Amino acid sequence: MMTEPGQPRPKSFYFLAAFFAAFLAFMYGPMLVIFILSFQGENGGMSFPMEGTSLLWFKQLLSDTGRVGDIPSALLRSLEMAVLASALTVVICVSAGLAFRRRFPGAGLLFYTAVASLVMPSLFVGFGIALGFKQLGWRTSLFTSGLGAQLTWTLPFGLMITFATIGRFDRRYEEAATDLGASAWQRFKDIILPIIMPGVVGVALFGFTLSYDEFPRSQLTVGAVNTLPLEIWAMTTAAISPVLFALGTVTTVVSFLVLTAAIAIIGLMVRRRSGGRATPA
Amino acid sequence: MNAHAAIEAPVSTPPSQRYDLEMVAVSKVYQGAAAVNGVSLRIPKASYCCLLGPSGCGKSTTLRMIAGHEAATSGDILIGDRNVTDAPPADRGTSMMFQNYALFPHMSAVDNVAYSLKVRGVAKAERREKAREFLDLVRMGEFSERLPAQMSGGQQQRVALARALITRPKVLLLDEPLSALDPFLREHMRGELKRLQRDLGISFVHVTHSQDEAMALADLVVVMEAGHIRQAGAPREIFERPGTAFVARFIGGHNVLARDGRRIAVRADRCRLGSADDAVGFRGRVANVEYLGSTVRVTVAGENGVDAAALVSDETFFAAPVEIGGQATLVWAERDAHALSD
Repeated sequence: MMTEPGQPRPKSFYFLAAFFAAFLAFMYGPMLVIFILSFQGENGGMSFPMEGTSLLWFKQLLSDTGRVGDIPSALLRSLEMAVLASALTVVICVSAGLAFRRRFPGAGLLFYTAVASLVMPSLFVGFGIALGFKQLGWRTSLFTSGLGAQLTWTLPFGLMITFATIGRFDRRYEEAATDLGASAWQRFKDIILPIIMPGVVGVALFGFTLSYDEFPRSQLTVGAVNTLPLEIWAMTTAAISPVLFALGTVTTVVSFLVLTAAIAIIGLMVRRRSGGRATPA
Repeated sequence: MNAHAAIEAPVSTPPSQRYDLEMVAVSKVYQGAAAVNGVSLRIPKASYCCLLGPSGCGKSTTLRMIAGHEAATSGDILIGDRNVTDAPPADRGTSMMFQNYALFPHMSAVDNVAYSLKVRGVAKAERREKAREFLDLVRMGEFSERLPAQMSGGQQQRVALARALITRPKVLLLDEPLSALDPFLREHMRGELKRLQRDLGISFVHVTHSQDEAMALADLVVVMEAGHIRQAGAPREIFERPGTAFVARFIGGHNVLARDGRRIAVRADRCRLGSADDAVGFRGRVANVEYLGSTVRVTVAGENGVDAAALVSDETFFAAPVEIGGQATLVWAERDAHALSD
C-alpha cells in the first residue's frame, strides 16, 4: 500500500533504505575509488590523497614499455578465449536444450550431473584438470586444458538459461512448421532459432563474461601464458602503481559497453517482435 | 475473385472416392491408457464435420492423428482413398489450423502464409504473390505486412486460415478455432468458416466443446466421450434422437429421466407446466426460473436429486406463472419421450 503524502513513513522503510544504500556502497564504492585513483597525478601513489591529475597511467598501460605486465597480449588472449568459450557454450547448450525437450530416460540425472559443476569448488576443478593432464603426460595449455576448465563453468550456466528459454518455446510453432512441410533443419533455422534468439544472445553474453572474468579454474590450467585476470593478479602482487587502477577503469568501461550493446540488441529484437512497427516489405 | 480460381482443386475425382476422410478402428494408447479407442468414421466429400465432446474425450487426439502429429497405435486413416496412416504431416493432403493459431511471431502475415511455399523452394516474389491471393481470400489483404502481435485475435485467425489453405488441403483440420475469440466475433467467424468450406468444396474437421458451434456449422456431428464415438450424424438427427444419456445431456436441451426402469430423453422445449394430477409427468419443486427473452426456463427439482427443465414461451409462462419454491409438474406428449440405450 502506498503511504499518503505527509504521512510518516514506516520504520521498515528506513531499514530497507539503509540496506539498499549499503548495497550500493559495496557495489559501486570500490569501482568509484578505482576510477578516481586511475587519474592519479604523476607523483601520486596507490591511495588517496590525489597528487593532482594525469593520464600517465593510461599511457603506460597502452604503451609497450615493459614496466607493467604484458597487458595487451593478455587482453587479446582473454578475448580470444571468451569468444571461443562463448561460441562453444551457445552451440552445446542450444543442442542440449533441443535434445532435452524429449524426456528421454536419464534426462534428469544427466541434467543434474552437468549442473552440479556449479557447486564444485572452482580451485579444485582447475587443480584436478591440471593434475589429470600431468598424469596423462600432456602439457596444460590455454586452448586445451584452459578452455576445458572454463567450459566446466560456462556450460552449466548456459544450460540453465537455454532450458528456461526453450521451456517457454511453444511446440505448436514447430508442429505448424512441420504441417507446412518444413524439414528438421528448416524448422530449426526458420522458426526455432529466430524465436529463441534473445535467449541465445543471453547465453552467448553469459558465456563471454563468465569466461572473460574466470580466475580460479583458469589459474592452474592455462599453461605458460596468462589470461587478463591472471595477469592483473600477478601485477597486484608484483608491480605496484596506479596503472592497475587505469586497467580497472578501462576493463570496466569495456565490459559496460559490451553489456549495453547486448541489452540494446535484445531489446530491439523483442520490440520488433512485439510489433513496435511493421517490417518493411 | 482471383484467389478462388487459385484454390479450386484441379483433381478429377475417381468415382470410387466418396469420402474425404475415413478412419478405421483407430486407437491411441498412452502408457496403457487408451485416449482414443477404436474410432471409425467416414466423412463424405466436402462436408463440415465437428468433433464434439468434453475436454479429455479424445477429440483433439483424434484430430492430431488425422494430421499426423500423433501416431495412431492401431487402425488406418485414409484421406481421399489413400492410406496415410504412416505418412508425414505435410504429405497427407491435410492442413491444420492450431489452437491459438501458432502464427510465427517473427514473420509478417504474408511471410507466414508463404512459408509452406518457401520450404518447397518457391522464389520469393512468386510465393509472396500467391500468399497475397490467399490473404485476399480471407479478407486480410491490407494487413499483409503486419506481425502477429499487431493483429487482433480475429485477424490472426484469418491469417492462420490462409496459411493452412495455401497448401491446398483435401481436408482442413481446425483445433478449437473459435475458442480464443470473444462471443460476438465467434459467431461472425463461424459464418466465415462455413462460407469458406462451401466455396472451396473441401472437408473441414473442426474440434469443439461447444454444442452450439457444432449444431450451427456441421453437416456431420461426431459426439465423443472417453475415447469413443458415442453418436455421429446430422445435427438434427442427434438433437432429435440422442442415442445415449450422455449424448442427450451433452447436446443440451434435453431432460434425462427414468421411466419404468428405462431411461428416456425429453426435449425441454416439448415440456410444459401441467397440473398436479396429470398422469405422465415429472413432479417436484420449482428450483429456478430463468427469463431468457422469448422463452422462460423453469427448472424443477424432483426426488433423488433429479432435475428437469421446461422451456416455455414467455407468453405461456406469464399467462400462468410459477414461483420458485412452489410445486410444479412437467408434462409432455408420449411421442416426445425418446428411449435411450443406456
